[in-house]
Amino acid sequence: MYAFEIERPSTIADAVNALKGEDAQALGGGQTLIPTLKQRLAMPSKLVSLTDIGEMKGVCLGDGGEVCIGGATTHATVSKEAAAHYPALADLASHIGDPAVRNRGTIGGSLANNDPSACYPAAALGSGARIITNSREIAADDYFEGMFTTALDEGEVITEVRFPVPEKANYQKFLQPASRFALVGVFVAKYADGVRVAVTGASEEGVFRWTEAEEALSGNFDGGAVDGLSVSADGMISDLHGTSDYRAHLVKVMTKRAVAASS
Amino acid sequence: MPKDSGIGASTKRREDLRFLTGAGNYTDDINIHGQAHVHFLRADVAHATINGIDLADAEKMPGVLRIFTGADFEPVGGLPCGWQVTDKHGEPMQEPKHPIIAHGKIRHVGEIVAAVVAESLAQARDAAEVIGLNLTELPAVVDMKTAVADGTTKVHDDLTSNLCYDWGFVEENKDAVDEAIKNAAHVTTLELVNNRLVANPMEPRVAVGEYSRSDDMHTLHTTSQNPHVIRLLMGAFVLGIPEHKLRVVAPDVGGGFGTKIFHYAEEAFCTFAAKAVNRPVKWTSTRSEAFMSDAHGRDHVTKIELAMDADNNFTAIRTETYANMGAYLSTFAPSVPTWLHGTLMAGNYKTPLIYVNVKAVFTNTVPVDAYRGAGRPEATFQLERVIDMAARERGVDPIALRRQNFVTEFPYATPVAVEYDTGDYEATMAKLEEIADMGGFAARRAESEKNGKLRGLGVNCYIEACGIAPSNLVGQLGARAGLYDAATVRVNATGSISVMVGAHSHGQGHETSFPQVISEMIGIPEDQIDIVHGDTSKIPFGMGTYGSRSLAVCGSAMVRAAEKVINKAKKIAAHLLEASDADIELKDGQFSVAGTDKSVAWGDVTLAAYVPHNYPLEDIEPGLEETAFYDPANFTYPAGAYACEVEVDPDTGKVTIERFSAADDFGNIINPMIVSGQVHGGIAQGIGQALLENCAYDENGQLLSASYMDYTMPRADDLPFYSVDHSCQTPCTHNPLGVKGCGEAGAIGSPPSVVNAVIDALQSGGKNVAHIDMPLTPSRVWNAMNNA
Repeated sequence: MYAFEIERPSTIADAVNALKGEDAQALGGGQTLIPTLKQRLAMPSKLVSLTDIGEMKGVCLGDGGEVCIGGATTHATVSKEAAAHYPALADLASHIGDPAVRNRGTIGGSLANNDPSACYPAAALGSGARIITNSREIAADDYFEGMFTTALDEGEVITEVRFPVPEKANYQKFLQPASRFALVGVFVAKYADGVRVAVTGASEEGVFRWTEAEEALSGNFDGGAVDGLSVSADGMISDLHGTSDYRAHLVKVMTKRAVAASS
Repeated sequence: MPKDSGIGASTKRREDLRFLTGAGNYTDDINIHGQAHVHFLRADVAHATINGIDLADAEKMPGVLRIFTGADFEPVGGLPCGWQVTDKHGEPMQEPKHPIIAHGKIRHVGEIVAAVVAESLAQARDAAEVIGLNLTELPAVVDMKTAVADGTTKVHDDLTSNLCYDWGFVEENKDAVDEAIKNAAHVTTLELVNNRLVANPMEPRVAVGEYSRSDDMHTLHTTSQNPHVIRLLMGAFVLGIPEHKLRVVAPDVGGGFGTKIFHYAEEAFCTFAAKAVNRPVKWTSTRSEAFMSDAHGRDHVTKIELAMDADNNFTAIRTETYANMGAYLSTFAPSVPTWLHGTLMAGNYKTPLIYVNVKAVFTNTVPVDAYRGAGRPEATFQLERVIDMAARERGVDPIALRRQNFVTEFPYATPVAVEYDTGDYEATMAKLEEIADMGGFAARRAESEKNGKLRGLGVNCYIEACGIAPSNLVGQLGARAGLYDAATVRVNATGSISVMVGAHSHGQGHETSFPQVISEMIGIPEDQIDIVHGDTSKIPFGMGTYGSRSLAVCGSAMVRAAEKVINKAKKIAAHLLEASDADIELKDGQFSVAGTDKSVAWGDVTLAAYVPHNYPLEDIEPGLEETAFYDPANFTYPAGAYACEVEVDPDTGKVTIERFSAADDFGNIINPMIVSGQVHGGIAQGIGQALLENCAYDENGQLLSASYMDYTMPRADDLPFYSVDHSCQTPCTHNPLGVKGCGEAGAIGSPPSVVNAVIDALQSGGKNVAHIDMPLTPSRVWNAMNNA
């Protein structure tokens, strides 16, 4: 990697200030950024580590009963501390990467990166979560803007993510065999006012909502409700690991499995 | 009752203590005072003309000692090819120069274009980034059949075409084979791909070059399976260093799988540069570099036809294979699709007529060479797949069809030039049926179907030619080296023993199993015996470890040397016991006079050899050290039968291996635990090839699977618990230990049974799928099911 400065602020305010420098880059758990630096694919002048900011860590229940997760909370912590409040979310966190990734990687880092095959974007979009930053609050529906692209401004930091807790939910991930990211991952959540279905891994545009399935499942929360639907292969990723037809097919299979496994 | 030491004991691997506690000494652990580092600037295009290389800015960068380009290596040789294949017209193969650093032209992604030697690795990388390359890109040659079509761009301008050779074997049989196929009652035809693989040993390649001005001595520390081969090839053919001025050391090596046999450019570079800059020069491959510079494996496109008579007896086999050589000929590349592949096409069956055609092709890809099994997996896969397909077409049981055609009498001379010395294919098949619990399959299939899954059972046999090889024979076949091996048994004064061997251990456990043999022969504890390997300044000239040859060839040399030692020791004992040496017996470390209670201990005899006060100096020399070279009379022929049971998820196409059983005949066995471990590892790699691993290029010659994000290595949860058995033993008839070798069997024997099982599962679900090319990824299986 190229040489860089590193700062380890202990408050959000200090972090935001530190990020004002030219070519400064926020560093969460580093599970994507560090390998990128090692390959010399990025050249920040300064890294601002968010992992020492106490106010950005941990899981709690908000006033409205929503699960609030600090942006610098690791996947391992979410898998433990959210389990009682939002089991489907905790289960998703417990299957990201491997133990090393889960002990370092953070929810804020994952959502800020918005890898098209990552798991957390499906949970956030599927739950209609709110992304809290140092300066504003962004609804998940407005946050994801395409592969590796989000509504975050330069230097903006995800401080917290708030998940409304559904009646039932489940995440089904079909693994890309090499990377073990999601070849297709589907998050299904049933709320009093309707069902949300979010798909990761499949689309060239990153995570998306399968609205036809949401409508069908909101009327009848049963896997059979999507039998008559089909997903277009247009815009689906096609690579060594799966054709676009195959990914489109898997969206439906994983949706049905997620509905069946919802609890 | 299992033994607790000596031949047949499952002695725990002594080398694991240092490997598992971080005390191993790998090449990257070697750091020499004053050492500089090299970073290789590698091509990121597959095919281009190099118009110029501008080093002006790079040479001014901090820490740079010197930057090398292809021009610096014009005075020395290219990397040599160790095997010359003669084509079906009697002409030698086309053999292009293989430069250390690309000169004039780039021929594959990953080829070295420039080498920066600097004080630190980071400085070398920084400087490499400002090297100016002036390239003109050329169309990339990737697809093999396109490569040999008229008018295609040539990978090498000085060759007549991209065809390295067109080999026919046995050419004299061709007409008879054609006739038999024309007249057959039934012919089954299968076209298939044997997928390109990357070996991916856990330890990437490393080279440290050193030069001593005081005695004009060059030393190369390198990750090699065969240090003497590297010394000979690099010293004599590349750099022109006399062998007595060149030492090659391969210390602990973390896996080879064939890919560390070959002599690589980076080794020659570090040796050359160490003298040029008068500093030790070190290179450690990154994983990314390994993907695009380690020789790849397999990559065949094949059509096989199996002819049968009306009673389903095999009457003829005809194959046509395109074998990818990559951009240059790696050290043993030409031998893999020919002599290691064509000679195995008879398999375990008495097919009377066989003709094998192989077209070796140059492409703008990384060179392809031997990878665990090397040619034999490619032969086994096509044969065992086409037999399965034939059984399905004829409506007969695939095991019965195999049994009907087994070779049953030995020795058996195949129509493809080799003679099997021993074997019992019926015995391994019967053992397989037992350990695979084939009787319970129907119930297991019913249970799977109840859960919405398709279940399949696949079986295959295999045979391999190991213990490579008789030198006079391979010389006739084009090998440019002998393939004997050597060992020195050095008995120390107090009776402990150091055995210097030409074989190299990089996972095989020689340090444990070789002493078991000596312990058995002499009757002293295994821990009194150490193996020394991997350093040309310490060991006799042996040819190294590959082709499952260590025990069969080097082990035999060790036995011969130990026999010489024992014969001499008996003479000394006879002197000490005042008896005739013909009456001396050695048992449990004691020499005794037959029929008496007079004896002398091993240690007293060895001490007498080195303190020869009471010693027959007029008849024999002092000391107790003997060397033997062993050149085998034939290959060895391990064989066996494998079974795989899979579940296929019809919704996703995902294949899960539920059971895997292997019944092998390795002849005599020294350490059953180590043998099981070798089979386990081989099966993991075979399953990797069948289901997971795929080295893929796009049409521009860009490597698509250039990291673990896209290249799927098998992981523990991809694999079942194996049931392996090696109790069927027909000892090799021509080596002193009766051993056959076990290192490659798992990788050779497992892919066909996996694919056969998946096809069986799909057919059971009413899907008319005849074949799917490896790897059988979920996407491929699902697409096959839905297009059937």
